[in-house]
Amino acid sequence: MKYQIEENCLTIFLPKELDHHQTEEIRREADRQIERNHVKYVIFDFGETSFMDSSGIGVMMGRYRKLSLTGGEVWAANLNDRMKKILKMSGAAKIIRIYEEERQ
Amino acid sequence: MKQDTNEMEIIFDSCSENEGFARVAVASFMTQLNPTLEEVADVKTAVSEAVTNAVIHGYNQEIHKIYIRCVTAGHALEIEVRDEGKGIENIEEAMQPMFTTRPELDRSGMGFAFMEAFMDELAVESSPGCGTTVRMKKIIGKGRDGWIIPQS
Repeated sequence: MKYQIEENCLTIFLPKELDHHQTEEIRREADRQIERNHVKYVIFDFGETSFMDSSGIGVMMGRYRKLSLTGGEVWAANLNDRMKKILKMSGAAKIIRIYEEERQ
Repeated sequence: MKQDTNEMEIIFDSCSENEGFARVAVASFMTQLNPTLEEVADVKTAVSEAVTNAVIHGYNQEIHKIYIRCVTAGHALEIEVRDEGKGIENIEEAMQPMFTTRPELDRSGMGFAFMEAFMDELAVESSPGCGTTVRMKKIIGKGRDGWIIPQS
C-alpha cells in the first residue's frame, strides 16, 4: 500500500486484493492523512488490484461520507472490468466518481 | 468409472488474514469443474463475504473457528460457511442491501447482496447464540458452448 499526498489530494495505491483485512489498515491511514493534510480529494488507484469484496465498497463510501461534509470528492481510477462491475452493482458508482483515461 | 462428486472441509481461525486463505482454498478446489475466470471471481467474492461476516459479526473479531465445507456434484458447487458465534436475530433484515449493524467499521451492508448476486442459490440459517450457517450453490459452466445444464 502506498499513500501519496499532492496539495489537498490523497492517492491510495491499493493492494492486489482489497478485502476486510486490508481495508482496516487503509481506513486508519487514510483518515490520519485526511485530517493531517486537510485532504479534499481521495483517489483510490486500482491499477494493481484484481480482487475486491464489499469491504472495499465500505472503505470508499466511508471516505466519501467524511469528505462530503466539506465538499470533497472520492474518485476511483484504473479499474478493470471486474472492479467496475462490483462498483456499479453496489450502487457506489452513483457517488464515487470513476476516472476514465481519455483514449486518443 | 470416474467419480462425479468430490468434497473438502477446512477449519481455520477467524482472524482477518484467513479471509484471503479461505477464498483461495475454495477457488483452488473448484478448478476441477473447469470454471471460467469470471466464475472463479464470483465464488471468491461470495466466500470472502461469508467469511468476513463470520469474522466481524459472528465472532465480533475474537478468534474462534470457522468451518467451510465444499461439495461438487456434476457441474454444481455447494459451499457451506459456518461459525459458532453470536448468530443473527433478524435474518431478513440482515440480508437487506445496505443494512449493517456495524456502520462505525465502514461496513457497506452489501455482503449478503453480493453473495446473492454472484451465486445461484443462497440460504442462511441462524439463531441468536447458536451461530450462523451460510449455504451457497453455483452451477459452473452455464455460459459455455456445448454444455448442457443439468435439470434438477
